[in-house]
Amino acid sequence: MAIEQLTLTGPLIRLALSESGFVFDPVSGQSFTVNDTGLEILRSLQHDANLGTTLELLTDKYDASQQEIERDIDDFLATLKEQVGI
Amino acid sequence: MKSTDKLSSTLSEKKSWTKPIISPVRSGIQNKFGGALYSNWQDTIDGVVINELLEQYGSPLFVVSEKKLRKNMRHINRVFSARYPDVLFGWSYKTNYLGAVCNLLHQEGAWAEVVSDFEYEKARNLGVPGNKIIFNGPYKTRDSLIVAINDKARIHIDNIDELHTLEDLGIELDRDIKVAIRVNFETGYTEPWSRFGFNLESGQAMNAVWRIAASKHLKLVGLHSHIGTFILEPQAYAVQTRTLCEFMNKVESSTDFEIEFIDIGGGFASLNSLQGIYLPPEQIVPSIEQYADAICSVMLDHTEQRVARGGKRPQLVLETGRAIVDDAEALVSSVISTNRLPDGRKALVMDAGVNLLFTAFWYNHQVIPTRTLDGRAEETVIYGPLCMNIDVLRASIMLPPVKVGDSLIFSPAGAYNNTQWLQFIHYRPNIVMVHDKQQVSVIRKAENLEVVIAQERLPQHLAKPFK
Ligand SMILES: Cc1ncc(COP(=O)(O)O)c(C=O)c1O
Repeated sequence: MAIEQLTLTGPLIRLALSESGFVFDPVSGQSFTVNDTGLEILRSLQHDANLGTTLELLTDKYDASQQEIERDIDDFLATLKEQVGI
Repeated sequence: MKSTDKLSSTLSEKKSWTKPIISPVRSGIQNKFGGALYSNWQDTIDGVVINELLEQYGSPLFVVSEKKLRKNMRHINRVFSARYPDVLFGWSYKTNYLGAVCNLLHQEGAWAEVVSDFEYEKARNLGVPGNKIIFNGPYKTRDSLIVAINDKARIHIDNIDELHTLEDLGIELDRDIKVAIRVNFETGYTEPWSRFGFNLESGQAMNAVWRIAASKHLKLVGLHSHIGTFILEPQAYAVQTRTLCEFMNKVESSTDFEIEFIDIGGGFASLNSLQGIYLPPEQIVPSIEQYADAICSVMLDHTEQRVARGGKRPQLVLETGRAIVDDAEALVSSVISTNRLPDGRKALVMDAGVNLLFTAFWYNHQVIPTRTLDGRAEETVIYGPLCMNIDVLRASIMLPPVKVGDSLIFSPAGAYNNTQWLQFIHYRPNIVMVHDKQQVSVIRKAENLEVVIAQERLPQHLAKPFK
């Protein structure tokens, strides 16, 4: 995975997530929107901070292959890093 | 169950996968959030180039804007005077007692509001006549009370022991002394500062009034209260003012005293961000007009009958501190090293810490670079130079990469820093004031060894470190 688990925990936990996919970063004051799957990833990582668990959860729940989901999560986290600064 | 079995058995119930996406919400308001966007930078203060200031006066450097300070004082004066006929400001020395700051505010009409022997002497030393000093505080020495009586300063009695001392002094000096009392009470908005003054609800305040009425030398002419600091709710002041007015009416109807002034203390919030509050100060800090509306409408209503009776409205006294001076001063500090913390966050070490920016303990100051910063903003911790964990200027801020030698402006820094700062580990730096037409003066010189050790004495047998 592109991003290690350690660098994720602190900053990710601070994000406030709403049911509708609205994300607020109290440190920068910036807001973001995420889609269903994005929200699920953030929730799962906030809960556990373990990419393996998150991947397993999503693979179980969604109809795509593990590789596809893994690549998409990777992509998502890279955008997250760029936009939220995490 | 093998995983393939599990897969096939649940396949039909699986949701369809869509690529996860995140996108920023962009709106006009966004730009107001401190630290969100760093298109924001500033290389001058009132037309003076900041880096040239640092070259000449060193880093770190406190910079006071004469223009901004005068503007703030004139604004608050105008706003209150437009709403009530008799308004007086007492400059709260503890908020910032740099001589240049005090005298500027005195020139704009403010009296001195002092709470100790030192502050009293400082005001007199600056040339403030004693009868333009408001003497507050829980600890006034007997000697300073004598000076204040002779000076005809406004003495606000804090407690019953002080009341007795003043009574004794009245007898001893055979002088009539006009006094005010500080009272405290619930407003329903703030923690009552009940350790100061006489409590209203318990009857203590009225007892003090009776005590003064029974004295041959004391005469009650004013009521004072201060309900707290950084109060974000103008209605708290409406309640405070109403309570004081009602108490005034009670005092006047049960004694011969005529109250000449009502002093509502300080406490208006400045445009700073309290830690734990995520909305930008521009959104939550009330305007001076809002405070003034709340206070003056109550004052007018409750003094209407006096006017109808042919009396005079009492003077409204304010001891506003931070809301006048906070955003008129900034601390400019330079990066001395950059670092990466184990958790991935960026760390900056600055040449100024909580020793100078004492208010970093409760504010998230605005941090503005003095040049455009390129690159992606990332979460950064800003530390000071002290050898302590608590020396944090900003625990978390989004900043693009900065280099060693870059300078950052921390603001607002005008309230409670130049009074509560510490001479700890490092010398305290120069403070300059930028005047009209880009003129600059040093208003407090940087400390050096001589200054710091001036008060020390070495006993003879400790005069040398080694034999
Ligand atoms: C009696 C009194 N007056 C005025 C002030 C100034 O308050 P502020 O700076 O919050 O306006 C204080 C601050 O603690 C105070 O105790």
